[in-house]
Amino acid sequence: MAIAGQSVSAGTSTWDRIKKWTPVFIIAPSILASFIYVFVFAGWTFYISLSDSTLLPSYGFKGFENYVSLWTNRRWSVAYNNLLFFSLFYVTLAMAFGLMLAILIDQRIRAESFWRTIFLYPLAVSFIATGTVWQWLYNPGSGIQFMVNALGWTDFQFALTTDRKNAIWAIIITGIWGSAGFSMALFLAGLRSVDPDIIKAAQIDGASWFRTYRKVILPSIGPIFIAVAVVLLQFAIKTFDLAVALTNSGPGISTTFPATYVYDFMFQRGEIGQGAAAAMMVLAALAIVLVPYSLYLVWRRRRESRNG
Amino acid sequence: MADAVLGATVVEDREAAVASRRRLISRIVIYGLLGLISVVYIVPLLVVVLNSFRTNAEIGAMGLISLPQSFRLDAWPQAWSDFCIGGQCNGVARYFWNSVAMVVPATIISTALGAINGYILSKWKFPGSEIVFGCMLLGVFMPGQIALLPWAFLLGKLGLANSVYGLVLVHCIQGLSFTTLFFRNYYVSIPDDLLKAARIDGAGFWRIFWKIMIPLSPPIIIVTVIWQFTGIWNEYLFGVVLNSGSNQPITSALVALSMSGTTVRTYDVMSAAVLIGALPPLLVYFFGGKYFVRGLTQGAIK
Repeated sequence: MAIAGQSVSAGTSTWDRIKKWTPVFIIAPSILASFIYVFVFAGWTFYISLSDSTLLPSYGFKGFENYVSLWTNRRWSVAYNNLLFFSLFYVTLAMAFGLMLAILIDQRIRAESFWRTIFLYPLAVSFIATGTVWQWLYNPGSGIQFMVNALGWTDFQFALTTDRKNAIWAIIITGIWGSAGFSMALFLAGLRSVDPDIIKAAQIDGASWFRTYRKVILPSIGPIFIAVAVVLLQFAIKTFDLAVALTNSGPGISTTFPATYVYDFMFQRGEIGQGAAAAMMVLAALAIVLVPYSLYLVWRRRRESRNG
Repeated sequence: MADAVLGATVVEDREAAVASRRRLISRIVIYGLLGLISVVYIVPLLVVVLNSFRTNAEIGAMGLISLPQSFRLDAWPQAWSDFCIGGQCNGVARYFWNSVAMVVPATIISTALGAINGYILSKWKFPGSEIVFGCMLLGVFMPGQIALLPWAFLLGKLGLANSVYGLVLVHCIQGLSFTTLFFRNYYVSIPDDLLKAARIDGAGFWRIFWKIMIPLSPPIIIVTVIWQFTGIWNEYLFGVVLNSGSNQPITSALVALSMSGTTVRTYDVMSAAVLIGALPPLLVYFFGGKYFVRGLTQGAIK
């Protein structure tokens, strides 16, 4: 009897201990998977970038040679120059259009959700689908140029995707079209979070509509500007689907991006080592954007908690 | 006296008239701008919808952007089951079903895991759980390019190379950080007292999860499912790299299809094919738009 009782109580305590650790056991596989995905995969690709891999991965160490040949490759210089050019116009213009749409929608308009639905639908669909349709529209023989010519303006030229120098504008335009709704959604959420009392105070002081926005509302949503810019920069660095669907890096190599460069070198040309080096550069570009941003977020949170 | 009163009301009327005219003008400007921009947004959708019902001869003669003169449904069955992609003439049906077979299990599994992980990381914290959460967050930012070679190698070792199951695995693990983040941030706002009361009543880990957390979760479940569904359905890079031929998802098929049109472009059939590929996420968006936007803003500002 006593033994049985003892064993029961011992059992309960082990059972309690097991129960206490249940959550850790349950989450362990997810932690392991995430750890492998983030650290092991990145480390692996980094190692490949230092190896002599060509068509297949191989593990002969050759130091930073792949990086040297990457940075001396003309195609890579096209790729990162494209990224810089694209980022500059894509980020600023998508923000500008998004802010404009948000301000327009914020004017107590009718059927607000109807308008929002229109500007946001491109985000639900893949850039492969929207990019394919835009590629047709850019086609001078059937799309926008054809329509304008048929309307009577026969000299009108709009053939971005077949023009080496301007093909990147096709990607910028479609990129903005696809992402302006996104920055609109974030800006709108920001505008709605501004304390209505400050706006009322500004209006009582006789500030015009424009001045109220410029001096009162927009400065108070400064953090939103930074957040939108960071997310759009992230999109820009990862630009792949859009470039594939619209121009497939062409004409020639004129619209190569870092992300398409990785794909080309790894899987089309059988230069896995250099492709991996380019992939590490994509990661580095993301880190350059995201590390300062997360430090900024931490700094802001600390300041807020200090100020109560 | 009477004159003065009369004069004052006239001035007031005039001011009111000016104000209302200014209001009218500003309304016209607002709706005019919105309408103009909407046209730019709707035209691509309209083009692809209308052209899927026109004859290819008409598109060739009139261009892609013109009012339809003909109406026929032939392009749809052709795109679905006859169209040639990469030398095989079976239409997009097979790729569509590949995407369905990939997106359904991957969405369900990653959402379920995200719910449990979020529950643990918010309500059953253990030493180091904040660090674990931070590391999982990093997964959100990982560019796909970094993971391509490791995945190709790993799926080969697991015998899942060039299979839809392989893509399911990839999307489950890739989505884990997002789903965990969504649920964790949602569950943090559920008061601990609610759980404490249940714990005093003897409820354990799973009981609290099923009886308290899940009944409070429908909004975040919908947000996460929509986010995962559209994200996985629209994904292109992994599909094209890890799978080939008839095992690829619909996005890869669409690219192959538009690249293969080197001779005469059959815009009617291609329009139908693009719409077939875009329809599932579009339907999800039109029916769950509110939740889609919520996911978008939450996913962006962490």
